Amino acid sequence: MDSPQPKSKKRPRPQLTLGATLALGLLISAFSGALDPYFLDVLTSMGIAVILAVSLNLVTGFTGQFSLGHAGFMSVGAYISAGITTALFAGNPLGNSAFAQSGFFLGSLLLGGLGAAFAGLCVGIPSLRLKGDYLALVTLGFGEIIRVVFQNIEPIGGALGLNGIPPYTSVFWVITWAALTVFVIHSLVHSTYGRGFVATHDDEIAAEAIGLDTTRYKIVAFVVGAFFAGVAGGLYAHFRLSIVPTGFDFTKSIEIVLMVILGGMGNTIGVILAAVLLTLLPEVLRPIAAYRMVLYSLLLIVLMVSRPRGLFNLNWAALLLHLKKRTTETLTKRGAAK
Amino acid sequence: MTPLLEIANATIRFGGLSAVSAIDLAIGSGELVGLIGPNGAGKTTAFNLITGVYPPSEGRVCFGGRDLTGLPPYARARLGIARTFQNIRLFGSLSVFDNVRAACNLHRATSPLHALWRGKAFRDDEAAIATQVDALLEIFNLGRYRDTPAAALPYGEQRRLEIVRCLATRPKLLLLDEPAAGMNPAEKTELVALIQQIQRQFHLSILLVEHSMRVVMGVCQRIAVLDHGVKIAEGSPAEIQHNPAVIEAYLGEDHSENLAHH
Amino acid sequence: MEPVQQLINGLSLGAIYALIALGYTMVYGVLRFINFAHADVFMLGAFIGYYTAPLVPAETVWGGLAVLAAAMLGCAVVGMLIERLAYRPLRGAPTLNVLITAIGVSLLLEYSGQVFFGATPRTFPELFPAQRFTLGSLVISSNQVLVIGVTLALVAALQWIIHRTRIGTAMRAVAQNPRAALLMGINTNRVIAFTFGLGSALAGAGGILYALNYPSIDPLMGVAPGLKAFTAAILGGIGNIPGAALGGLLLGIVETLVAGSALSTYKDAIAFTILLIILFFRPAGLLGKRTTEKV
Repeated sequence: MDSPQPKSKKRPRPQLTLGATLALGLLISAFSGALDPYFLDVLTSMGIAVILAVSLNLVTGFTGQFSLGHAGFMSVGAYISAGITTALFAGNPLGNSAFAQSGFFLGSLLLGGLGAAFAGLCVGIPSLRLKGDYLALVTLGFGEIIRVVFQNIEPIGGALGLNGIPPYTSVFWVITWAALTVFVIHSLVHSTYGRGFVATHDDEIAAEAIGLDTTRYKIVAFVVGAFFAGVAGGLYAHFRLSIVPTGFDFTKSIEIVLMVILGGMGNTIGVILAAVLLTLLPEVLRPIAAYRMVLYSLLLIVLMVSRPRGLFNLNWAALLLHLKKRTTETLTKRGAAK
Repeated sequence: MTPLLEIANATIRFGGLSAVSAIDLAIGSGELVGLIGPNGAGKTTAFNLITGVYPPSEGRVCFGGRDLTGLPPYARARLGIARTFQNIRLFGSLSVFDNVRAACNLHRATSPLHALWRGKAFRDDEAAIATQVDALLEIFNLGRYRDTPAAALPYGEQRRLEIVRCLATRPKLLLLDEPAAGMNPAEKTELVALIQQIQRQFHLSILLVEHSMRVVMGVCQRIAVLDHGVKIAEGSPAEIQHNPAVIEAYLGEDHSENLAHH
Repeated sequence: MEPVQQLINGLSLGAIYALIALGYTMVYGVLRFINFAHADVFMLGAFIGYYTAPLVPAETVWGGLAVLAAAMLGCAVVGMLIERLAYRPLRGAPTLNVLITAIGVSLLLEYSGQVFFGATPRTFPELFPAQRFTLGSLVISSNQVLVIGVTLALVAALQWIIHRTRIGTAMRAVAQNPRAALLMGINTNRVIAFTFGLGSALAGAGGILYALNYPSIDPLMGVAPGLKAFTAAILGGIGNIPGAALGGLLLGIVETLVAGSALSTYKDAIAFTILLIILFFRPAGLLGKRTTEKV
């Protein structure tokens, strides 16, 4: 086998995928009047879950930094953007045309994202010297502290939460942001620069030895991840229309971590699928409401024990080989029978 | 002329124990120096001292006339110090190609933002890096493993890949930590040839820590001997073989015979 | 007198944190992972007490001790079952997976609790003869004395088990080097199961003592004390048994002092703030040893 292997497989350009998804978003929102509102709600929830899971995947899946504070960053974005649209500029200074409203909403989302990114920087710089369990705890601690702080800020509702948030979030916004998140993180990771995230995950000492500033990589991952979590928070707030600090506690963070693990760490497609599935699951289990959370947690344990590398981590090559072998066996048997 | 690397009076203490004490060592441009010594003599600690994994308790390390004190490992790598590890440290989940590509980050022409825009500058840069990586892989016969995850490589190939990864950073000084560990005599002969080839082709200085006398005596121009963290001898391979202090240090070790018979 | 009163209240709260923290620290010692479900075993302890209390004569010392023993035994069994069914199949798996499984077990216990016990809080019965001692302006309830007494007795028993028995020696061996312990013929699975049993029994005792002092129990009652006890274990140096006890006491005292001050609404953030400070400045904890990665 001395002939050089084919150069890297032709992959569809990420820009094309992004464009296609955006077009799909526009299409769905154009027909949203004709679609079942329940379906749209579920779709919106899924989109927000995808943003959260894919952004955490950069931190935990690719860079290997276990964070239990993603919901905390989400809450920063949610409170900033909802604070802007609800409390600070309740009348919307830009006017009520669809265009002005969109601009206003986009601005609030970006500010929410930036606020969360800043929080990510503040958490990241001191904590990233810690590893594994310890990092998980620090991020958990930060998430909980952020929650307690929000509970004590009266102008944004304190422990009772912030109500009367304008319903700006539409399916279009959510799909656009989800596509953007996937595009940015995919493009970043699949570049020479981005290989550094995975190198940091695999072996920090070796990564340093080839000149990679691993601390910087971790911080970039944290900040970018937090930014998109913040945007997701903003979308969530303008979708649910009321937010309470306890809605962003560490159970929510764990839900996001779960999506990353079940999807397979560092497997973007898998993580997207897991986000979709885990959003659907409670909906499917709704008829057995009392037992659904019991079933949910039981399923979680069983999955962890039986598929520790994620739901979608199939060994395709082995599977194909197995099928081929079985077919040949059957054929020979048939031949023998004749 | 100042040497490329100069370790001056460096000591590293862990608790009360000195792993290396008051070591002096200089490596000139293009030199191939061996660092030997019985187990626990402080050879790997010396590597960690040079690469900045541990700061010296006393003394200093200079590279190209520049004092390295306080520089983290990645900054030293950027100055041109590359190393391999005694227990191989590859990026197991990355492909062979990506292992080397990650090391090309020092010579990237575009910023991370270009990766988001994916314009022509970015694509050209990525293509240039890919060409370099593939060329390196071909030189070391790793081309056919290009897309294999590094963790799935056979042992010998893993060792070679680690060296290739070092070379991708375009180092001036290459530190090899027991590259012959676990190799059979035929592989060792190959390794000697490989080290010589690397040095010629890439114009490197090399510091080699090795247990196998066969490899050390075969390639090194100069050898320094550590024992209990102290440098007990330095000289040409022939001088080292007949140095009584060295023979004394190795007595009772497996290598005493090797040393005498070479 | 006010500060002294606070100190006593803090000590009795801290003693409970210490009991829970011991379980975290022991499991971390042998398995190097955070058993998130531990806090819910603590909750189960309180519920076992709630259901067994009517079976014994109320407000007698012997009745109370019987309930305590039942809770400890029940929790030990549950803890060992959890280890056998959920954690053992994952031995050697990445930390993240084990951690998530632990969180799964924790959620399972909480949600099953809500199904079986109901989500509404219940009033925990008085188990021991209750009395109040007044010393000047100091008020000490017999339950507070009981908490401190029982904790002291249990910690002493634990120390004896760990340092004076065969299984305790095996535990220490596994904590130091599981592979070497296995090679020396120690049945590590048995030791790990025993550790879970022991830690869970302490959590069960903690559940009863907590419920005696804060007699309103519900399936989510373990979450907050669990997180705080965990902080206590880190504070003392995780894996370090005297450290966990010390950390628990310190945390209980600090929290009680803050609750009585102007910052009382931030009471719940205190544990985490301490956790962060410790992790940043002394990640090995107060009594722990620093370790560095070998290159």
